[in-house]
Parts: sequence; structure tokens; C-alpha cells
Amino acid sequence: MKYESQKVAYYYILAALILFAAQVTFGLVAGYIYVDPNFLSETLPFNRVRMVHTSSLIVWLLLGFFGAAYYLIPDEAERDIHSPLLAYVQLAILLIGGAGAVIGYLFGIHEGREFLEQPLWVKIGIVVAALIFLFNVTMTFLKGRKTAISNVLLLGLWGVALFFLFALYNPHNLGLDKLYWWYVVHIWVEGVWELVMAAILAYLMLKLTGVDREVIEKWLYVIVATALFSGLLGTGHHYYWIGTPAYWQWVGSVFSVLEVVPFFLMVIFVFAMVWKGGRDHPNKAALLWALGCATLAFFGAGVWGFMHTLSVINYYTHGTQVTAAHGHLAFFGAYVSLNLAIFTYAMPYLLGREPYNQVLNMVSFWLMSGGMAFMTFTLTFAGVVQTHLQRVNGEYFMDVQEQLHLFYLMRLGSGVVVVLGALVFIYAVLVPRSRELIAAQQPAE
Amino acid sequence: MSEALTKSQARNIFYGGSLFFLAVFVALTVHSHHYIVNKSTDSAGLTEAVARGKGIWEKHSCINCHTILGEGAYFAPEVGNVWVRYGGRDDPEGAREALKVWMQSQPSGVEGRRQMPQFNLTDQELNDLIDFLEWTSRIDTQGWPPNEAG
Repeated sequence: MKYESQKVAYYYILAALILFAAQVTFGLVAGYIYVDPNFLSETLPFNRVRMVHTSSLIVWLLLGFFGAAYYLIPDEAERDIHSPLLAYVQLAILLIGGAGAVIGYLFGIHEGREFLEQPLWVKIGIVVAALIFLFNVTMTFLKGRKTAISNVLLLGLWGVALFFLFALYNPHNLGLDKLYWWYVVHIWVEGVWELVMAAILAYLMLKLTGVDREVIEKWLYVIVATALFSGLLGTGHHYYWIGTPAYWQWVGSVFSVLEVVPFFLMVIFVFAMVWKGGRDHPNKAALLWALGCATLAFFGAGVWGFMHTLSVINYYTHGTQVTAAHGHLAFFGAYVSLNLAIFTYAMPYLLGREPYNQVLNMVSFWLMSGGMAFMTFTLTFAGVVQTHLQRVNGEYFMDVQEQLHLFYLMRLGSGVVVVLGALVFIYAVLVPRSRELIAAQQPAE
Repeated sequence: MSEALTKSQARNIFYGGSLFFLAVFVALTVHSHHYIVNKSTDSAGLTEAVARGKGIWEKHSCINCHTILGEGAYFAPEVGNVWVRYGGRDDPEGAREALKVWMQSQPSGVEGRRQMPQFNLTDQELNDLIDFLEWTSRIDTQGWPPNEAG
């Protein structure tokens, strides 16, 4: 940690980790309800459990992005954060809003649109917090050294805030509601969040591999160019069956095939940098998470997204467990792993110690990644069977669901492994156990 | 990466291309907005009751179990075509009555069966919600879903 004000990031990461634990716990509860549907059905119905699961995911990922920015921007700008006080005020607003929302959901207080359930006062709080954040980091950026990494990161975060404004628009016409709902949901995760992802990965590659900045930043611009060129019109794959014109079936199919490109480039990028770079950075766990992030994002977002994105296929798979499979691996690969990579990298510096618990952290990587991969496979099989029975044969939804019981049982098992992995991760980054450093190896002959 | 492309060229391609695709996307959105209002949905039939019904759908966050036009939680059946599935096109009164009775009799309490909560909707709320579902069933969805099962 070069600048005192980077310490702000520590509190963002801490808050993110608490919500991460809540997110996976509620995920486990939801997975259990699939297997034992009477569980909590009167006290805490499934819709509220899921709301907490998805909302706490989104909020902790955002907290992680903000924390990453507060760590990374001063380092890149070579100066302290414009106002650490404002950063803490922003965190307080987000925590009050986040806690208020989650507790409200448990009692059924929400606005009820999927992923945008936050009551209006929380939505306004998010906008205010985002404005404070953008002011704070933009001032830091403008006064200091301007690099491509911080430029792309800031563009991404400006996009996050601007497109969130569509969350405030809720027309009575369901078709219009859905048209603009995707302006938040799709353009976040398959647009501007990819800018954040590419920028943070580029920063990690710069630090962990020691490859020349010029090379890394050129890659960065190429990756984000392909992300937005494909991702903006790729929104079309959500505009097939909601009352939108038929031409979206062509536009959406063509551009969402291209959405695989940025994820493929990110895999090539991280592996090429590691091969090229000569640096032997002691934080092997951070490198594992960074490589894992690009790889799992390529499979989860790229391959699993491609699998059901063509309109002729999506006509049958839309709204089945295939989507759930894709959603889980895409979010885990792209954004969960990204955050855990930067947390793993930054925490030792923020705490002023060596990167402890490397092996434990890497064990958590394999537990979580293995669990999520297994979960994705079980949900994919469930989705394919569901598609055939329901969409081709025309059997009724609930009759089909009963036939999928075995898959849901296996999904629950993989969920237990993921929760275990998450707890191991939190323990590994927070609790100093032993000086478990991995020594540099002698180069091979 | 090739020497032929410099960092500033890559940056300019990123800015120029992104603005271009954003402009195309916004233009298509404007067209789609008009298409939805004028062609694919029944704007004239979007009554106060339908709007209130959508509010009830949101108030109880039905979407976090059900799907509507395929979007939602995949835990409970699709409702974009529930009106059709209940035979509402041929017998609107019968379908309305059946939907009301269904919602009023939840949760079923059957062991091992997914449970829908009891939302204690008034008769007007039930009617509004059903008006919303009936209106939704008439959206031109390019022929989706493939069959009545939803």
C-alpha cells in the first residue's frame, strides 16, 4: 500500500465479504427448498429467499468494484484519494441501504421487479452513493497520472451509474418495462461490467507478471472494444419474445455470438501475459484467481451463453434451467472470481503483511470452482431434460419439475461445497494463520 | 499483439466503435418502443385495472418464483400464457373463476410439493391481477412459448 488513503478499500472489501457469506447462505437455502419444498414455506417463501440471494450478490460485487477502484486508482494516479471522508460516507450510505433492503426483503418490503427489488429510497441512496464515488475517483484521476487502466475502469463505473438510472423507470406497459429493464440488467453484466473486469484483470497482470504497461494497455483497449461492439447490440438476445420486433432475432443472434470474443480474448490475454512475464510474484493465489476468472468467465459467460443464445434454440430453452446454469457460472466466473482475485491481491498490502494462507486460499478456489462447475452441469442437464419434456412434448411445468428431482439433489450437494469454499476463502484472507509462503522455484534446466 | 496496431489506435477504435454501436442500439430501441406501443401490445386496452394488476404482481414479487414471458425465477410456472392455459380465450368467466379459486386455496400444504404463499388478495385485487395476466397473454411474442405448457 503506497498511499494511506487506499486503506478505504479494506472496509469495502470487509463489507463485501459479509454480504458474500449472506449471498451463498441464502443460495444454499434456496437450493434446499428445491429439494424439500415445504421448508420455511410459510415463514420465508422462496421468492424472498431468492431476492436476498440475488440482491446481496449484486451489492457485494458492486462494493468489491468500489473497493477495487479505491485501491487501484490511487496506485495508478500516483496520489491519494481526493477525499477519504467522502469514500466512508459513500460506504455508510451503501451499508444502510443494503442492510435496509435485505432486512426489508425478509419482511416482504420491496418494489418487486426482478433484481431491482430495492425500495425507492434505497435506489436513490444507490444513485447518491454512485455520484459521490464518481466525483471522488474522477477527481483523483484528473489530478494524477492518467493511465488506460484507470480510464477504462472509470468509464465502466460511469456506465454502471448512468444505466442504473433506467431502474427508476417502470412503465405500466409490460413490454416497455422489459425493454428498459434490460438496459440495466444486460448492459451492466454484458457491457459496462466487462470494462471493469478487463481493467482490473489488466491491473493484476501488470502487477503479477511484470509485463510492459504498453503491451497490457493495448490488449485492454482491444478487449473492451470487442466487449462493447458485441455487447450493446447483443442485448437483442433478450428482445426475442417480449413484444419486440422480429428483426431482433437476427440482430441478437449475430451479436451475441460475437459476445464470446471478449471473453476468449481475456483468456488468451491472461495466459499470454503469464508466459511472457518474468516476475515471480509471491501472491500465487491472486494469480490463480485471475487466471481462473478469465477461464471460468469464458466458459460460463462465453460458452454457456452461446449455447442458448441463437433465437432458434432460445425459442425452446428460454426461461428453463438452462438459463439458471448459465447465470450461475457466468456470474461466478466473471465477477465473483474477479473480486476474489483483487481481494486476494490487495488484502496483504492493506493489512501490511505478507500474503499468508496461500495454500488455503487456493484450496478455496478449487472448492468453489469445482462446486460451481458441478452445479452448472447438473442445472444444464436439468434444463435440457426440461426443454424436451416441457417445450417439445408439452408436459406441464410442475409435472416436469418432479422428474428433475435428482438433478436438484445434486445441485444442493454442489452448493454445500461452494459455501464451504466461500467460508475457507473468507478465513484465508482475514485470519493470519501461518507464514505459509510459497518460495520461488529454481528455474528448470 | 501485433506491432501494426498502436495503443492510441486501439483506444480510438474503442471510442469510435462503441459510440457507433450505442447509436445503432438507441435507434433500434426507439423503433422497438414505438412498435411495442402501437403494434405488439394493446395500448388502448391497458386500463387502470391492468396497471393496478401489474402493481400487485410487483408488490408480491411474483417474478421471484414464476416467469413472465420467460423471465423470472423458474421455480413456478410461466404466467405469460396462464390465461390461455386456463382456457380464458374460450371461457373467460370460467378461467377467471378458476384462477381466483387457485390463488385463494394456497398454500396447498401438500408434502413434497412447492408451496405458493397466501397473499390474502381482495376480490378487486384478484380481478386486477387477472386483468393484467389476460392483457399480457395478448402481447405479440413472435409465437413464444412453443406450446400451452409455457
